[in-house]
Amino acid sequence: MKPHWLDEPRNVKRLWRLFLAVLAATVLAELAVALHPHFEVEALFGFHAWYGFLACAAMILVAKGLGLLLKRPDTYYEGDGDE
Amino acid sequence: MSEWLVHPGLVLVLGAFALPWLHGGARSAAVLALPLAALVCLWQLPEGARWQTAWLGYELAPLSVDKLSRLFATIFALMACGGGLFALRQTSRLEIPAAYVYAGSAIGVALAGDLVTVFVFWELMAVGSTLVLWSAGTKTAWAASRRYVMIHLLGGVVLFAGVTGHLLDAGDAAFVRMAPDSVAHWLILIGFLINAGAPPLSAWLPDAYPEASWSGTVFLSAFTTKTAVYVLLRGFPGTEFLVWIGLFMVFYGIVYALLENDMRRILAYSIVNQVGFMIAGIGIGTEMALNGAAAHAFTHIVYKALLLMSAGAVLAATGRRKCSELGGLFHSMPLTTICGTIGALAISSFPLTSGFVSKSMVTQAAIDGHLTWVWLALAAASAGVFLHAGIKFPWFVFFQKDSGLRPGDPPASMRWAMIAFAFLCIALGVWPEPLYRLLPYAVDYVPYTAAHVLTQLQLLLFSGLAFFAMLPWLKRTPTLTLDVDWLWRRPLPALARAAARNFGRLRDGAAVRAGSLAGRVSAGLRRHREPDGLFLRSWPTGGMALWTMTMLLAWLVLYYLP
Repeated sequence: MKPHWLDEPRNVKRLWRLFLAVLAATVLAELAVALHPHFEVEALFGFHAWYGFLACAAMILVAKGLGLLLKRPDTYYEGDGDE
Repeated sequence: MSEWLVHPGLVLVLGAFALPWLHGGARSAAVLALPLAALVCLWQLPEGARWQTAWLGYELAPLSVDKLSRLFATIFALMACGGGLFALRQTSRLEIPAAYVYAGSAIGVALAGDLVTVFVFWELMAVGSTLVLWSAGTKTAWAASRRYVMIHLLGGVVLFAGVTGHLLDAGDAAFVRMAPDSVAHWLILIGFLINAGAPPLSAWLPDAYPEASWSGTVFLSAFTTKTAVYVLLRGFPGTEFLVWIGLFMVFYGIVYALLENDMRRILAYSIVNQVGFMIAGIGIGTEMALNGAAAHAFTHIVYKALLLMSAGAVLAATGRRKCSELGGLFHSMPLTTICGTIGALAISSFPLTSGFVSKSMVTQAAIDGHLTWVWLALAAASAGVFLHAGIKFPWFVFFQKDSGLRPGDPPASMRWAMIAFAFLCIALGVWPEPLYRLLPYAVDYVPYTAAHVLTQLQLLLFSGLAFFAMLPWLKRTPTLTLDVDWLWRRPLPALARAAARNFGRLRDGAAVRAGSLAGRVSAGLRRHREPDGLFLRSWPTGGMALWTMTMLLAWLVLYYLP
C-alpha cells in the first residue's frame, strides 16, 4: 500500500515549518491590526501568544504534579464490587 | 385559534414506549420522526404558560414557553434526532427508547413553569439516563450505573427538600429567579449544581459517561448537565459565587483530561470544563454573560456530541478506548478523522466554528465588567481547552504513532449523523445570526473583528506549540487518575461493609437476647392465659364483690384527700 503523505518525515517537517511560520505571522500581524486592549496587561506585545503558551505549560506541569500523587494502574478498580 | 397544543417533551417520552414494538424501516422512521415531531410541536407553542392547574393549593404551569426555554428545548430535540440517527444500528433495543425518555424529560424541565414540574421531569431524566447507561450491557456499565443513580438520587432528594421548603416559604410554586438567601434556596442550588457536575461531586460524570455504549455516551453528554445549566440560568443568574465554581470546573476538567488515557473519559472531563464556562457566565450575570452561557450550551451540545460520535465510531470499529492503544486511524477512517477534528476545533473556539461565536460572549462579559482576574482565568482556560480536547483528543486517537489498526469509516447512519453535526458546527460559526436571534436577550455583539480573530488565533496556536513542545510530558500511560469517586468506590463501601459486619454481630447478639426475652414473655403470657391462668380462670363472685368494694373504698379515700 502506498504510504500516506503524512507518513513521510519530509512532509511532517514541512508542516512544522508551516506551523512555525503561521505562529510568527499571527504575532507580527499585531503591528498591522489595532487590538484595542481592554486590560493593561493585554497591551504587552504578543500578550495572547506568550500568555497562551505559558498558561498551557503551567497546566501541563500542574497535571504532571497531580499525576505523581494520583495516578494508578488502570486495573486499579478491577474486581471491585465482585463480592 | 383552537388550543391544539401538544407537550413536545411528552411526544418523545410517550413515543419512546412505542419504539420497542416497531421493527426495521418503521422503527428507523419513528426514531427520526419523533424528535422532529417534538420540534414542530415546540415551535407551534406560543409564548406564555399553558395547562395551568392547581395542585395541593399551588398553581402549576407544566408547559411554559419563553425564549430561554424554547432555545434549550430546541437543542434538546435536535440532539435527540442526531443521536437517534447515530444510534440506529445499536443492537440494544433499550437504548434509544431510554434516551428518548431522557431527552423528552429534559425538554420537560426546559418547558416547566413551576418547580414541582421541574422536579418530576428531573427525576425522570435520572431514570432515563440510568437506563441508557445500563443498556450498554457490560459489567462495568452496570457497576457505573449503580454509582451514577446513587449520586442522582442524592441530588434529587436535596432538590426535593429545597423545593418543599420553597413552597412553604414562598407559598408559590412558580419557577422564578431565586437567590441563595434561605436554606431552601441553597438546597435547590445544590441540587442543580450536582447535576451540572460541579465540585465536590463532579467525578460522577467522568466515572459514568464513558461506560455507556458507543452511542449511549453521545446521548448522555447532552442532557443532564445542560438541563442543569438551564435551571441555573433561570433560577440563579448573577449569583456571584457561581463564577468561582465555574472557574474551578474549567481547570479541574483540563487538568484531569490532560492526565487521562481513555479517549471518552478525556471528553467527559471536558464536559465539566465546558459547563464551567457556562456556570461562570451565569455567575457574571449580565445580559451578555447569560446570552453567552445559553449560546455556549447550544453550541456545546452539538460539538460535544460530534466529538463523542467520532470517538464512538472508533470504539465501535476497534473495541478500544485507550489512547495508548490507538493512533494512526486517519489512514482508514478519513471521514471520522475530519468530523472529529471539526468538533475539536469547535470546542476550542477556533474562528469560523460554533464555539468561537458563543464562548467569546462570556469572555466579553468579563471584559465589560472589568473583571481582570476572571478574564485572565477564562483566557488561560480557553488555551487549555485547545490543549486537552482540541489537540490531545484527535492527536492521540487519529494521529500520533501508528497503532497498525485499519478499521473503516462507520456505516451510513453514523456517517450522516457526524456529517450533519459537523455541518452545524461550521454553519453556526459562519452564520451566528440565527442562533443569536434565539437567545434570551437582544444581542449586541460582533464576534468577527480583526482584533478578536487575531488574539484568539495567537492564544490557540501557541497553545498548540506548547502541546507539541511538551509532548514527551503528555505521553499516554495505561493509568487512571484517582478522583473524588474514589471516596464512594473504596472507603465508603469498605466502611459500609465494616458497619454491616459489626451491625450483624450486634444484631445476632441482640437477637439472642431478644429471643430469650421473647421466650420468657410468651411463656408468661401462656401461663396466664391457660385455662387456670390469671386471665382465663373463672373468678368466684365473692372475690369480685370484694375487689369492687376495695376500689370503691379507695375512691372514697382519694375523694376526701386534699
